[in-house]
Amino acid sequence: MELSEQDRRLLNQVQQDFPLHPEPFKVLATQLGIPEQEILERLRLFEQENAISRFGAVFNHHQAGASTLAALAVPEEKIEQVAEFVNAFAEVNHNYEREHEFNLWFVVNAPDQHGVERVLNKISAAYPYPLLDLPMVKGYHIDLGFPLW
Amino acid sequence: MVTDALAYKLRKLLQEGLPLVEKPYQDIARQLAVSEQVVIDKITELKQQGLIKRFGMVLRHHELGYSANCMVVWDIPDEQIEQVADKLASSSCVTLCYQRPRREKWPYNLFCMIHGKVREQVEGQLQEMIETHQLDYPHQLLFSSRRFKQRGARYV
Repeated sequence: MELSEQDRRLLNQVQQDFPLHPEPFKVLATQLGIPEQEILERLRLFEQENAISRFGAVFNHHQAGASTLAALAVPEEKIEQVAEFVNAFAEVNHNYEREHEFNLWFVVNAPDQHGVERVLNKISAAYPYPLLDLPMVKGYHIDLGFPLW
Repeated sequence: MVTDALAYKLRKLLQEGLPLVEKPYQDIARQLAVSEQVVIDKITELKQQGLIKRFGMVLRHHELGYSANCMVVWDIPDEQIEQVADKLASSSCVTLCYQRPRREKWPYNLFCMIHGKVREQVEGQLQEMIETHQLDYPHQLLFSSRRFKQRGARYV
């Protein structure tokens, strides 16, 4: 969908430090100079268009539980089948095909390390392809949202 | 007074998402049978503690027309990683920057994400960043060709 200049300002604003005020959209209306109802209508439209994944909290992986970025080197003809198997785990929240020998990249989140390993072991058992398990060592720029320009 | 059980329920609601209504915190408060102010105070506290790293809207870049999504992986000498990571993280085109362990047949220890409307735009931004910061290190571009799943993490 095409974004107007106003849409970009609105979407940049709502990604972080969302107002913790009983009527947050009124606060945004003042900050952005856009009427409250127009803001809500626009955001509802984006939600309908699936452009808003959710309105809520992004928790710190390290404090909230365990997580890893994993990659599998899957034969091209099997990738859809393996992706479907991987997606079926509630612990998996991102899963992308990427242009590399390691072509299936997914993030696993669980309450603890044991939960992460359980998922990786099950995937390995079902599809014993080369697997990378790449937990974060340090974050330098951690999910501050996505700047639109 | 916020009990552990209440904090757990609140966390679950916050990761599932709030409704797009005039008073979203009131909606959450009703579900938890507490006051709106208790909800607001608890979110403020979780943010201050660093348990919530971001509070707001999580966007799907693809649906907004930013469909070129590239993970750039770098092989950086260990003693230079902090310095290089700070340069990447300060670049406006980078949305995420993580250090991860090297593995056998996988020499890359620094990862960053760059999003753009088209591939050429992402490649251009990367090139500009390399020139600006003299990032003369081995790296690879892993563009995503298909997205099989994208949603917020759920821990509880």
